[in-house]
Amino acid sequence: MAFTSFLAGRIFKALLVILAIAALNFLLIRLAPGDPASVMAGESGATDPKFVETLRTRFGLDQPLWKQLLLYLGQIVQGDLGFSYRNQVPVIQLILERLPATLLLMASSFVVSLGLGVGLGMLSASVRFFNRKRWLDSLIMTLALICYATPLFWLALMMVIVFSVQLDWLPAFGMESVGANLKGWARISDIAQHLVLPTLALSLFFMSVYVRLTRAAMMEVMMQDHVRTGFAKGLTGGEVLRRHVFRNALLPIVTFAGLQLGQVAGGAVLIETVFAWPGIGRLMFDALLQRDYQLLLGVFLITSATVIAFNLLTDIAYRFVDPRIRMEGGAR
Amino acid sequence: MTGFWKRFSRNSGAVLGLALLVLVLVVALLAPLIYPVSPWQMIGAPLLDPLEDMAFPLGTDMLGRDIAAGLVHGTRVSLLVGTVSTLCAVLVGVGVGGVAGYFGGWIDDVLMRITEFFQTIPQLAMAVVLVAIFTPSLASIVTAIALVSWPPVARLVRAEVLSLREREFVEAATVLGRPTYLILFDEILPNTLPPVIVTATLMIATAILTEAALSFLGLGDRNFMSWGFMIGAARSMLREAPWLSVMPGVAILLTVLAINLVGEGLSDALNPRLRQRGE
Repeated sequence: MAFTSFLAGRIFKALLVILAIAALNFLLIRLAPGDPASVMAGESGATDPKFVETLRTRFGLDQPLWKQLLLYLGQIVQGDLGFSYRNQVPVIQLILERLPATLLLMASSFVVSLGLGVGLGMLSASVRFFNRKRWLDSLIMTLALICYATPLFWLALMMVIVFSVQLDWLPAFGMESVGANLKGWARISDIAQHLVLPTLALSLFFMSVYVRLTRAAMMEVMMQDHVRTGFAKGLTGGEVLRRHVFRNALLPIVTFAGLQLGQVAGGAVLIETVFAWPGIGRLMFDALLQRDYQLLLGVFLITSATVIAFNLLTDIAYRFVDPRIRMEGGAR
Repeated sequence: MTGFWKRFSRNSGAVLGLALLVLVLVVALLAPLIYPVSPWQMIGAPLLDPLEDMAFPLGTDMLGRDIAAGLVHGTRVSLLVGTVSTLCAVLVGVGVGGVAGYFGGWIDDVLMRITEFFQTIPQLAMAVVLVAIFTPSLASIVTAIALVSWPPVARLVRAEVLSLREREFVEAATVLGRPTYLILFDEILPNTLPPVIVTATLMIATAILTEAALSFLGLGDRNFMSWGFMIGAARSMLREAPWLSVMPGVAILLTVLAINLVGEGLSDALNPRLRQRGE
């Protein structure tokens, strides 16, 4: 019972945030320099007076501001994000077509960066714990430092130069081979090959964040008394690490992983642009080029909604990782 | 001060970072002297390899623009946008966090909900939308980066103020009848400075990365040459002239690395207790 009310509360909160982002979009439309309707019509649509006129009615520009806001929010709630003049398709349709590709990229990067980051962070902390092979710790930390300072889009380009142009190992563009018409497993392996470079390029930065976080969290736990107790009980170093250190260090990592998702989504815009990955990040870049602002704002809203949905999932995961939280009924 | 320097220089990475950063600063300051001609000028044969013509030691791009001049002038935009946007973000963050932490209650609730709201929105996507809608210029880029990066400062300052306001020296000031705003600005906020300085240093690095990403996406200010723009422009030449995109990226990497190293050094020097606990 407590869980359902917690869930309902969190979902309600998430919906509120999404509505607030829609209101922010409305504010941006009003603040943009120039007449809102012609600005929103975009580069190509503004030359069509009929389209600008439909936008004028859509935004209710002859009505008071608060009515305009309600009108706009009402349309968003009904899933109407506007019409892309350039593509001659409703914005929501364009986005939904592209969303799976972005979700695939985000999910694979999330898993890879978290896996590599936590793994290397654990390795780094354990060699310090046992006070052996400390050079390994220095190596991992240097690697993390460099990955943290590398621009995502540049790393992506460098990977294209090395692995696609020079070595010709992996495809550099798109999500599937053009015109190959593959089916079943052949298609899956084709997509997987296209996924490798974008995933790695997007993962390395976040990997470095997780490495440092895992290492710091584990070193903090190592100082605590129950670890000493573990040794006193006669456990081996490995057992202490596994049972007493890592488990307790896991919690801040889960929290932080959820918080990073917004950044992963932002990074996806860059990565999809470099690799011509057919997701909503690439769509955002196209909208920029075409000055199709309805599409741009639509992508922004859906990207944010995706992040909020993921955050909701981590919140729920959190309750399973840490049984103590259940006692508090969701309040922190 | 000597104690500070001693702790800072114990971290050899930080000293290296500082040296690199000073070099970058000097280049930024002297850019108009080193390359007085605008980096947008097409002054050489297009697509010269590095070292091919010693007049253009790093070569030229597809329009015959000098790469070395572009790199040198790009330093200015990166550092300018990085510092100014961080300064704005810190001002907003300290204001919001200070007020929320000091007054508490419903003011705290409202301000923290707003902070959380800005933290959930994907930062880069929001910066892209802001700059695109308000047309790309240095001002819109700085504003956009500041708007997406203040929340961590607000949370940090709020947490610090929450613990500081219970301390004796604040109670003493209250008993002495000092006005609230003076207690906040004169007694409490100066004490939150060390961690804020460390965070702000790291934020400059992030801001430089964000600026580069924006101008890579074509949202840079076209009056100023920037590293992100150079990489974006070189994208179509990936096969013919890979060095065009390599060099500006290395410049970003080194600058951001230097700032991060200095940030870590500052963290060691300003929070000595933290370091002893962690190591």
